[in-house]
This record gives sequence, structure tokens and C-alpha cells, in this order.
Amino acid sequence: MKDFEYCAPKTLREAVALKAEKGEAARVLAGGTDLIVQLRGKRFAPDRVIDIKNIADVNELSYSPRKGLIIGAGVPCWRVYNDAEIAELYPGLIDSAAIIGGIQIQGRATFGGNLCNSSPSADTIPSLMTHSAVCNLIGPNGKRKVPVVDFCTGPGRNVLEPGEILVSLQIPGIKKNTGAHYQRFIPRNEMDIAVVGVSSQVVLANRGKEFKEARIALAAVGPTPIFAAAAGEALAGQAVSDEAIAAAAAAAQSLATPISDMRGPAEFRTHLVGVLVKRTLEGAIARARGKFVANAVQEAAG
Amino acid sequence: MSKIHVQTTINEEATEFLCEPRESLLEVLRETLGFTGTKEGCNDGNCGACSVTLDGVLIDSCLMLAVEAEGKSISTVEGLANPEGLHPIQQAFLEHAALQCGICTPGFLVASKALLDHNPEPSEHEIRHWLAGNLCRCTGYDKIVRAVLEAAQTVRASA
Repeated sequence: MKDFEYCAPKTLREAVALKAEKGEAARVLAGGTDLIVQLRGKRFAPDRVIDIKNIADVNELSYSPRKGLIIGAGVPCWRVYNDAEIAELYPGLIDSAAIIGGIQIQGRATFGGNLCNSSPSADTIPSLMTHSAVCNLIGPNGKRKVPVVDFCTGPGRNVLEPGEILVSLQIPGIKKNTGAHYQRFIPRNEMDIAVVGVSSQVVLANRGKEFKEARIALAAVGPTPIFAAAAGEALAGQAVSDEAIAAAAAAAQSLATPISDMRGPAEFRTHLVGVLVKRTLEGAIARARGKFVANAVQEAAG
Repeated sequence: MSKIHVQTTINEEATEFLCEPRESLLEVLRETLGFTGTKEGCNDGNCGACSVTLDGVLIDSCLMLAVEAEGKSISTVEGLANPEGLHPIQQAFLEHAALQCGICTPGFLVASKALLDHNPEPSEHEIRHWLAGNLCRCTGYDKIVRAVLEAAQTVRASA
């Protein structure tokens, strides 16, 4: 690993100044579970590493019906899924947080880092997209908000300007009759990277019999996580039925642009998009109707 | 780059060290401080041989910079036993022969301790899930899982 300067600022203002001064030659350290591996593998060789975890704003984890859920960029997965209120309100986000790496990784890894690492296969990004999450960014020119659906621009690439830092993710409060679910396909039970991941969120109307809104997002089937807007929008106003779900799955498949690699051939990935859209919509519908749907960890525990 | 002075607590003892920013906690534990119980396996967060707890949270010490330990409390495998004897988890690993070469064992012990602190009565599935981030390439996992199940009983009985 190349030598670098380590900075641990206590305020956002200091962090931005440190980042802006070095631009691309500085990397932000949150949980480090991607960054430290990348430094060791020389994918990045920054002059400066800025550890943001001593800044109060990035450690915020809070929920209120008005402001919704705020997940600071330095908050590790375990804090999110061990918060009983958040786990109850946002099971679709917990589906993702509980399956990233193993327990050791979840002890450090953050939603914010997963987003800024901008891998196409990131498990939290589809769930953030379906939950309409917004990034709170800060840079030399002040603050701005970017919806997660607009954040990633390519593998490992995103809209962050050289002097900018992600402060937190803001997720709207949950409306009534809403449910969400994330599933991924991997060849083993845990400790693996998604061959395909899908998150679905639905808002139901007419006593749970009709889709009011739906949002679907896909991982590992394109150069970035994909918000399959058209697939979800087409469900609005339709009766909940196997036919409507099958049509949404087909629409999502048409938006996927997978490659073939060591994790799976493109045809298989397209097939998996169909399977997982169906399963996650069914899970989201069940949760919207108030039923318990186990996440991957709960399912394995029987 | 000049070395940084870090003050931390390791196995409940105040400890300070100097390190380069690029040194991992694992490197400093082993090479600067002599806590060689913590093992280096893959050095990229897959195998769990370097597991320690940081303020009670199970982590891989290869995926943390040593400078990040400032003001934190770390527990390593050396902190498990006390002058009266082995920790029940260590005793159960011995009795169930839950090890062969032993490289993965400190990581399994630390991870199992963190599990029992978090969940004193884990099911077999919960143990297997919790230990998924720890790899063993010789014994296989059944003996390890049985050892943890028994250790959990022992710990509960003595609580």
C-alpha cells in the first residue's frame, strides 16, 4: 500500500476543505471495507485519506415521520438493522443491510460507502432507489441534494465532484400500505456478491387489491444499478394479479443490460431479473398488507 | 510519512503505539504490539482469521487502519482466557477437537464470543450464519458449531 496522509476532521467544513484541496488525490474513508482493499490492491493510490467517522453529522441515524429516515454516511450496517424501530419500518432496507458480506463486514460497512463505491452489484443501492432515497452532499460550493437514482454514472463512478462528500442519505417516511423487499441471487447462502439483485417497493390501495405506486430497481445487470422506472410505473392503477406482476417482470427484463462474467452469463442474469422481480413484488405486496416476510437471514434461521 | 501516535485500549489495558497511516490494525497488533494470536489469512475481509472486536463490535482487523483505533477499545483472542483458566468457548473447542492447523481458530473464538455476548442462546443456524465470515480449510464446520453450542450452554449455566 502506498503511503498517504491520514486526516480525521471533526467538522464537515474541515472535511470539505481537505477534500477540495486534493480533489481526486484524496479518498474518503467511511467503513473502509472496500477502500482498504482497493488501497492494498493499488486500484487507488491517494495522497490523502479523509476519515469522516469523527464528524457528528455522518454518524446520525434517526427517524421521524416528518423527516423520514436519515442514515449518516459513516453509519455501519449493524447499527441500522439493530435499531428496532427502523427495522420495523424499513424491512426492505434491512433485507440489503443484513446480507452484505458477513457479520465482520457489517460491523464496518456503511450504506454511504456502498453507494459511493458505486459498484453495479451493490446490495443497498436498489433498495435506496426504491425507497426514493436522496443524497445530502456537501462541497466547496455548499450543499446539494441528489436522488440516489441519479447518483451512479458507471462502474465505480458517480456524480460526486472532486471536492464533494456524501453526508447522509435521507429516506422519506413510510406511507400507509407500503411494502418493500430486496432479494439477490448468489450460489451460496452468504458472503458473496450478487449475480443479480432486485428491490421492489409497492404502495397498495383499495384494501390491498390495487397498486397505487410501484418502484423496481436492479443490481448487477448493467454498468450501474438500474432504476427500472417504466416497469414500476406501469403497475400504478392496476389490480394486484399474477398477470400484472408477470408484465412488470418482463418490463424490467427489457431494461436490464447484463454482461457475461465469472458470476453468470447474460442470458441467466436476464432470466433472474424476471424471477426476482416477481418474488420481490410478491414480498413487497405481502409486507404492504401487514404480513411478515422473512429476509434472507431470518429465512436461513428457519 | 511521519508516524502517528495512537492511544487505545486493548484487552482492557490502556495501550499506545506509533504507526504509519497505511498500517492496518492487524499489522500493528501483530508486528508492533506482539498480539500474534490474531492471524493474517486473506488480508481482504473474506476469511475472518483476523477477527477482533472494536467497542464490542465484531470486525476484521485487516480492514481497519490502525490509526482508526484512536480512543477505541479492542479485544483480541489474548483477552479471552483469565488467570483461572480458558474461556468456556476455548475449552469447548478443545473438547470437541474443533481445530486442526489452528490458523483460523483465534478468529472463530473471537467471533463466537461476540455471538454469545449478542445472543446467549443461538440456534445451530444462527451460529452458522454468524460464523459465515470465518473460513476453516481443514476441520470443517460441524465440530466448530457443536463446540459453540456447548459453550453457549456452559456460559448460560454459569451466568
